Amino acid sequence: MSTHDAHGSGGYHEEGSYLSGPPGMISKIWQWASTVDHKKIGVMYLVSVLAMFFLGGMAAMAVRYELLDPVRTVITQMEVDGVMTEVISTTGDRLTPIAKLIGADSANQAYNRLFTLHGAVMVFMFIVPSIPASLGNFFLPIMLGAKDVAFPRLNLLSWYIYVVGSLFGVLSIIMGGVDTGWTFYTPYSTTTDADHIRVVFMVLAAFILGFSSILTGLNFIVTVHKLRAPGMGWFDMPLFIWGLYATSIIQVLATPVIGITLFLLIFERVMHIGIFDPSMGGDPVLYQHFFWFYSHPVVYVMILPGMGIISELLAVHSRKHIFGYRAIAFSSLGIAAVSFLVWGHHIFTAMGELAAILFSGLTFLVAIPTAIKMFNWIATLYKGSIAINTPMLYALIFLFTFSIGGLTGLPLATLSTDLHLHDSYYVVAHFHYVMMGGTVMAFMGGIHHWWPKMFGKMYNEWGGMLGGILVFIGFNLTFFTQFMLGTQGMPRRYANYVDEFQSLHVLSTYGSWILLIGFLVHLATFIHSLIAGEKAPANPWGGLSLEWETQSPPIEHNFHHEPVLTHGPYDFETVVPPHCDPKDYPLPENPSAH
Amino acid sequence: MTTMTDANNPPVPERIAKSPSHWRNRKHADHFRNHDEEFDASKFGMWLFLTTEVLLFAGIFVAYAVFRMMYPEAWANGSNHLDWVYGGANTVVLLISSWTAASAVRCAQINNQKWLKINLIITILCAGLFLFIKFKYEYMVKLGDGKAPGTFFSYPNASDAHEQLWWSLYYMGTGLHALHVVIGAGLLCWVLVRSIKYQAYGPTEYTMVENTALYWHIVDLIWIFLFPLLYLVH
Ligand SMILES: [Cu+2]
Repeated sequence: MSTHDAHGSGGYHEEGSYLSGPPGMISKIWQWASTVDHKKIGVMYLVSVLAMFFLGGMAAMAVRYELLDPVRTVITQMEVDGVMTEVISTTGDRLTPIAKLIGADSANQAYNRLFTLHGAVMVFMFIVPSIPASLGNFFLPIMLGAKDVAFPRLNLLSWYIYVVGSLFGVLSIIMGGVDTGWTFYTPYSTTTDADHIRVVFMVLAAFILGFSSILTGLNFIVTVHKLRAPGMGWFDMPLFIWGLYATSIIQVLATPVIGITLFLLIFERVMHIGIFDPSMGGDPVLYQHFFWFYSHPVVYVMILPGMGIISELLAVHSRKHIFGYRAIAFSSLGIAAVSFLVWGHHIFTAMGELAAILFSGLTFLVAIPTAIKMFNWIATLYKGSIAINTPMLYALIFLFTFSIGGLTGLPLATLSTDLHLHDSYYVVAHFHYVMMGGTVMAFMGGIHHWWPKMFGKMYNEWGGMLGGILVFIGFNLTFFTQFMLGTQGMPRRYANYVDEFQSLHVLSTYGSWILLIGFLVHLATFIHSLIAGEKAPANPWGGLSLEWETQSPPIEHNFHHEPVLTHGPYDFETVVPPHCDPKDYPLPENPSAH
Repeated sequence: MTTMTDANNPPVPERIAKSPSHWRNRKHADHFRNHDEEFDASKFGMWLFLTTEVLLFAGIFVAYAVFRMMYPEAWANGSNHLDWVYGGANTVVLLISSWTAASAVRCAQINNQKWLKINLIITILCAGLFLFIKFKYEYMVKLGDGKAPGTFFSYPNASDAHEQLWWSLYYMGTGLHALHVVIGAGLLCWVLVRSIKYQAYGPTEYTMVENTALYWHIVDLIWIFLFPLLYLVH
């Protein structure tokens, strides 16, 4: 083989990829189940979190379905035995069949259980582990030029803990589910279904999942500190790594607090230790402080990796050096630091005026590093050669939806406006614009961006774009209407509403159907790619970070030789010769050239 | 103490010397560049883990502080019910065990296989003694009086309505700590077994001894905070 054809795609020396395994189903399964390869673990996480996304999504579809119409009491006059009688019946209890299925007393109770299920599954089982545990696991070591994470066996253990935790959650759902809300506020979580173990199981699930989150974060921090390739300083790392690093710090520092909180909650429920029970002198607001001390920072566990992905997508697909590298890197750390000081904004009404004002002011601080990122991203696009493909589409969607999500947070941080908006659909819309319009959009963009690297197959660009457009339309239809509902006074978490709200609710539900179709298009695109996708070259987008220097999919040890960093991850203007097809540069790692 | 040469140690049976787990035969994991990098990474990881342990107990300490401010009477009464002699005895036991755990690390570093094992055994015995005192002279006696957590509380002579809450926090804090003692003792046993079976730890391979000792120190440290807060402050 000559060094010449190393320029072309796939012409370099091919070795068994990490995906190739022994023949035979049993030995294949065992190979995956016992693997300590961060890439396989990343793929296993990807499959698991997407399964949970599907489960949580189905619950959301059911919730939206119930909300198609309000519950109306219908009085019909009927002639019974020659006498006109009024027969009272109700319409709009659309979840009655599901209520029967899960043993709930009424459609309303089924609704309560389904939105709890949606929240708990989406938060604890999908969005917290989503990007770090799947894409992060796969790419953090490769982008650092390492062979693996620092503690590969711990990494596998974290996946198993995740599975056990999720099983407890699913078990609780099968037993009928819980209707406490995903926040497990006392006294709901200590008194409802007192005769049944399923609430304990759901809380236990969240407790166990915390350990998996801690292990991932711990692993990433040590890997970033110790396993960077020779020549890679802190400011030579891709920004995705910075995002993951800031995330990991929060995971390690915040998750133990939810651990002890849920630990105490389980004892509160089982043995009535009284710590959160006012009748015994305990304090339910203490629970809320504990809970949000974790659960606010964890919002940034959800969004920081997504922000990291967006930095990659925008730079690579507009072939521009990222604007303000250090500002973006430090703003990730800034967000992580501020995240620990703002939890009180979830309990404004349960604290003194001064404390509320302080928490309100601190909450505004979050907007600063976030806006720094936003401006830098837009400046990156300026005069770039923007490729229109699915990753870029999702990056642009992110900029649009996340801006709305971020800006609508400000009225919630403002005490006076929050009085009107809190506990309304406005809040629901706000955090969906941040979590779904932010994290999920970045996650989808990231999956498409790295799909060729992970599985060695290209996806169909039309399929990806169509799915992305449908998701964008569906998402905005579903949730923008909820901003309007919220400002008009629709409270969250109710199965019923007054007639005036119906048209917006119907639009929102139609939007959720478009969303579902969009995601199904993506699923079909992915399956099609795995079965019949074109073989992916090592570097389909012309990226400059290290993962593009190894073959697609990578070999077991990621690189044939330990890579030495010769250029930054965003030096497109200086490294790539002008008029060079991005796909031809940089050269894929070529053993015969060494 | 000086590093012991193999001549100072009793001769190692061939089976042990050839074992891949013997400290001389240990190679660093493939994804690390060298042994030092692996050692640094493991130790760093352990420190991060210890941070999470501190934050875990932080919840207990915060709850303690909050309720102490709300119910100073109940808290004063509660700690009067605890006998500082047993708490103090356990503090001494843990301090000694922390010393022997640190010595075990030193012995591994200087290849003193005999005293490595002896130090580990003393540490494990201290863990057992701690748990024995805790359960036999404290938990059993208190539970017998009806000073039990939560709804099981049936102590008739409580002078403050919120003493129940005090006992809940007492059992949560010390119980979680006792659980950590058990886990630490388990780790120590594992290290002991491996050093008996393979002489797995020596001057170039003592990561596991060091990390276990670090864990043991944090268990000790948490008790150093629990003891005065629960037993001494009135
Ligand atoms: Cu918050």
